[in-house]
Amino acid sequence: MSASGLILAGVDGDRTWGLQDYVARGGYSALRKIISEKIPPETIIAELKASSLRGRGGAGFPTGLKWSFMPRSFPGAKYLACNSDEGEPGTFKDRDILRYNPHTVIEGMTIAAYAMGCERGYNYIHGEIFEVYERFEAALAEARAAGLLGQKILGSEFSFELFAHHGYGAYICGEETALLESIEGKKGQPRFKPPFPASYGLYGKPTTINNTETFASVPFIINMGGEGFLNLGKPNNGGTKLFSVSGHVNRPGNYEIAMGTPFAELLEMAGGMRGGRKLKAVIPGGSSAPVLSGSVMMDCTMDYDSISKAGSMLGSGAVIVMDETTCMVKALERLSYFYFEESCGQCTPCREGTGWLYRVVHRIENGLGRKEDLDLLNSVTGNIMGRTICALGDAASMPVQSFIKHFGSEFEYHIENKKCLVPPEVQYEGSQIYVRP
Amino acid sequence: MLEIEIDGKQVTVEDGSTIMDAATKIGAFVPHFCYHKKLSIAASCRMCLVQVEKAPKPLPACATPVTNGMKVWTRSEQAVKAQKGVMEFLLINHPLDCPICDQGGECQLQDLAVGYGGSQSRYEEEKRVVLNKNLGPLVATDMTRCINCTRCVRFTTEIAGEMELGQAFRGEHAEIMPFVEKTVDSELSGNIIDLCPVGALTSKPFRFAARTWELARRKSVSPHDSLGSNLIVQVKHDVVKRVLPLENEDINECWLSDKDRFSYEGLNSDDRLTVPMLKQDGVWKETDWQTALEFAANGLRKTAKQNGPDSIGALASPHTSVEELYLLQKFTRAIGSDSVDFRLRQSDFRADGFREGAPWLGMPINEVSGLDRLFVIGSFLRKDTPLLAQRVRQAAKRGLHVSALNASAEEWLLPVRNRVLAAPSVFVPVLLQVVGALAAEKGVAVAEHLAAAVPSAVSEEARAIAQSLASGRKVAVWLGNLAVQSEYATEIHQLAEEIARLAEGAFGIIGEAANSVGGYLAKAIPLVGGLNARQMLEQPRKAYLLLNAEPDLDFANPALAQAALGAAPLVISLSAFKSPALFAAADVLLPIAPFTETSGTFVNCEGRAQNFNAVARPVGETRPGWKVLRVLGNLLEFEGFEQNDSDAVAKEALADGDRPDLGNRLFGLEFKFADQAFTGFERVSDVPIYAADPLVRRAPSLQKTRDAKAPIARANAATLAAIGVESGARVRLKQGEGVAEVQIVVDDTVAANCVRVAAATAATAVLGAMCGEISVERV
Repeated sequence: MSASGLILAGVDGDRTWGLQDYVARGGYSALRKIISEKIPPETIIAELKASSLRGRGGAGFPTGLKWSFMPRSFPGAKYLACNSDEGEPGTFKDRDILRYNPHTVIEGMTIAAYAMGCERGYNYIHGEIFEVYERFEAALAEARAAGLLGQKILGSEFSFELFAHHGYGAYICGEETALLESIEGKKGQPRFKPPFPASYGLYGKPTTINNTETFASVPFIINMGGEGFLNLGKPNNGGTKLFSVSGHVNRPGNYEIAMGTPFAELLEMAGGMRGGRKLKAVIPGGSSAPVLSGSVMMDCTMDYDSISKAGSMLGSGAVIVMDETTCMVKALERLSYFYFEESCGQCTPCREGTGWLYRVVHRIENGLGRKEDLDLLNSVTGNIMGRTICALGDAASMPVQSFIKHFGSEFEYHIENKKCLVPPEVQYEGSQIYVRP
Repeated sequence: MLEIEIDGKQVTVEDGSTIMDAATKIGAFVPHFCYHKKLSIAASCRMCLVQVEKAPKPLPACATPVTNGMKVWTRSEQAVKAQKGVMEFLLINHPLDCPICDQGGECQLQDLAVGYGGSQSRYEEEKRVVLNKNLGPLVATDMTRCINCTRCVRFTTEIAGEMELGQAFRGEHAEIMPFVEKTVDSELSGNIIDLCPVGALTSKPFRFAARTWELARRKSVSPHDSLGSNLIVQVKHDVVKRVLPLENEDINECWLSDKDRFSYEGLNSDDRLTVPMLKQDGVWKETDWQTALEFAANGLRKTAKQNGPDSIGALASPHTSVEELYLLQKFTRAIGSDSVDFRLRQSDFRADGFREGAPWLGMPINEVSGLDRLFVIGSFLRKDTPLLAQRVRQAAKRGLHVSALNASAEEWLLPVRNRVLAAPSVFVPVLLQVVGALAAEKGVAVAEHLAAAVPSAVSEEARAIAQSLASGRKVAVWLGNLAVQSEYATEIHQLAEEIARLAEGAFGIIGEAANSVGGYLAKAIPLVGGLNARQMLEQPRKAYLLLNAEPDLDFANPALAQAALGAAPLVISLSAFKSPALFAAADVLLPIAPFTETSGTFVNCEGRAQNFNAVARPVGETRPGWKVLRVLGNLLEFEGFEQNDSDAVAKEALADGDRPDLGNRLFGLEFKFADQAFTGFERVSDVPIYAADPLVRRAPSLQKTRDAKAPIARANAATLAAIGVESGARVRLKQGEGVAEVQIVVDDTVAANCVRVAAATAATAVLGAMCGEISVERV
């Protein structure tokens, strides 16, 4: 974990998550400023728009624009939800934010609630990081006790109740409408859109859902102004961003860097390639983002536009680094298994297609591949993509398509020779995981 | 209104319409599985993907709202490619067992696979197998065939009112299943068979009975509850193999209750009476029609001569057609007796002679959806008329406020805003309070004949009902079977009528059976001083004509009925079935056709006369009832028995067109109510859903359902304590001479001091009246 940037600046592991330390780092000053100066909600949303903050959960939707969708004159309850259901393989940034700096999320959500007129909020935390859920509950208790949350915040007329809620580890609950269903106590399955949550969200009321990191960035935008935040990054890609670097690097972890930082620098921060081996491939934005070859990646800067131009997505900022000891077929098999296992089963293409994809990749990996399998995989992914209720179908398809596109020869080698291009002992050397010869 | 272009055709649709609505409007078929017009939109099968201008990817027609100027292509290359892609996914894990699947021939997946499926599968991995589930005696499962469209899940949740099925597990492991160790017990459960687009849910009684293409489809009308649901009866070699709904938006929509759907099994029962039978010297012998009819005619002639025509009475079931009831009363009156009645389960006939017309629902069934206030008095609504309850349930979702006065608050699976739980003997005082409170709310005077009886003190519950009714714009007040069968039916009727008047709403009677309205129209009631059903038994006749009724199960007072019929020198029974009680009571049994083997007419609760034709040839020597009665008339040389077909009878019986002869008001009847305190326990009787008529009682699969196994006797905890027993104990029920030993269970929805005892069941056939005092002792 780096101690640079904004969100993680000044935090010192598990020791400084509390309210006192957060305040010492300048925490809650943004909220205090808003309350004491009675800053109008429109101004806050305008700042957000100026900051060019884009959703940190993966889709990169402009946050200010999303907030402006909330019907201001709607009578009755409006809800705010924080998506901390971080389940994408490779992603672990929200975990660290909630663990080391939970108050910045609380403050960010409170400001958002103020800006959009929400009285209630929920932070939906992934079920497999339960200690983080407990940490967040503790932070909530601190904030409530200090009058920073609850009724009449800081003595004003503004009230906001925020609750922690944990799921049980289903990846699909990170899809925002499935998350709402789950909060409502139903089976976590995405809803068909439209209607969008801004008009029909939690319990049928207007709801805004943002990622943990998005909310965590809000106090800094208020403090430094939208312009100031934008200038940290590059146009259309404002601010700093956490990157969860994993894989074959020396120091895997979260690195908060300015948008637009070259990938090479990020790799350097993460200690460079393990064992000095050659970079083979990078998945730049979480497992659902298309894989890029190492050479392409070395020319990219870490921001939405650059990665998108290279043919992938910045996504959640989970950078999975693979060196030359990696068997790409095996890597894809593992990813395909994940999506097969995590499909909610609601709509046909994903329910039936993810299993098909996995089985075919599994067959290839195990030396039972057929010549026509690569065309089949491309065709099946084509039938899944864009045909499903939520984006999980696309997420399952993109790795398959991109792995075949960029590393097709490895797949063909597997099919023809019934074995891996990368010898098992080399794979073992790289990952320390036994590979069946 | 929105303008939209589909496949090059312009169409104007209402705001909020989906592409599917618009496509339906112009007759363009968009393939689909999960979409169903009566269910919420799931948009999960993805079969209805269509191309929309400017949309980057195909959109589901069922869920995509129309926008003005939208251009849609349902059969473009993009659309068809998407549809074919989805079809391939649906088929990869679907078994290729069409040859042994009951759905074969009427399977949406099979049909659409012809148009959208490949001739060979690209899927060469292992197929999924899903374990079957036990959903009860009516619905068979082959869950490997399931395509997870969730229509069945949405049906149980939205239409039947209780989520009895769900989709468990995730992804490829997703399965439709009931709750652990539970079955689907809804009285509407059979509809999930129709809804299932594949062969995952099929009819258990019909399982492997025939291939669907071998079956003839013939229209008919249900002979059970007062709705008169429209049926498609499917027949092979003159045997009814299954029954499906015939869609009629005004009556049953596209649904059927399980009673309507599965009662056909009774048609093939071993109990069918197929040959005329005569009792000679105490021994039953089969005989021919000539002998049997002459025996009956001579017997009646002799009885009339010896004891006068008044000594002859005719009793018919309200499940009998208009034609049969009409000829029965005509025949009885031709003999010279006015004693004819079809209201066998009623106890109070004091309103006779004061009625405006035939009691009916007071409104068309399809207007239930427009109601905003409803007061249901004394009804087992959900079990007595499942599809009417379903309509009320849907209306309640749209804001209908339901109030209820009941002696036993069964779960209706819909929100009941105000509920008064009271013994039937207390209905009248409660209703008087509602009348008083409602008059005060409305600032209108209570009708003169009631004014003196209206109390000044009003309970909170009664006031809440009055306030609810007073605040409505479209109000209805309905009387259920318990109210109509009550000893206080007349007073309850008078007060309900007044409540409806004060609330400016409709006043209706739900009706007990398929022809409860038709019986009045056919004049199968005493008109000029004859005896009604109760009097005919209390003042035993020398001869009875019994039509479609069983002495032990179809009467308000089975002990009395069996005694009176048993003692009569001549009982002529026209029946489709034989039974020990009929053998005991009757002297001659004439086999008449059930509704599937004859033509006829039922008039449903909204006054709609629906005629039906025979769908199969009569079994054995069975003859249509109307023909038997006509021949009896001929044998006695009566005039007016020359009809050649049932249509001629119907024309004679029913005026065409409007039904001015319907009417619920009572004219010139004083209100007399003596508040009598009950000393003992009061009997509350329901007619269990699968016990109401001879046909359904003989349907084996329905008799295996949870509804058929409902407890015979129940009472609330305080009553059980007063009796001195625990739930599950055996008790002795006593009414007059009749003693029945049954198990009693605790049920806190039963009103205080009441014991709910099922009528129309073998266990209680020895007991007396369905209402009134009953003694309960521990065994």
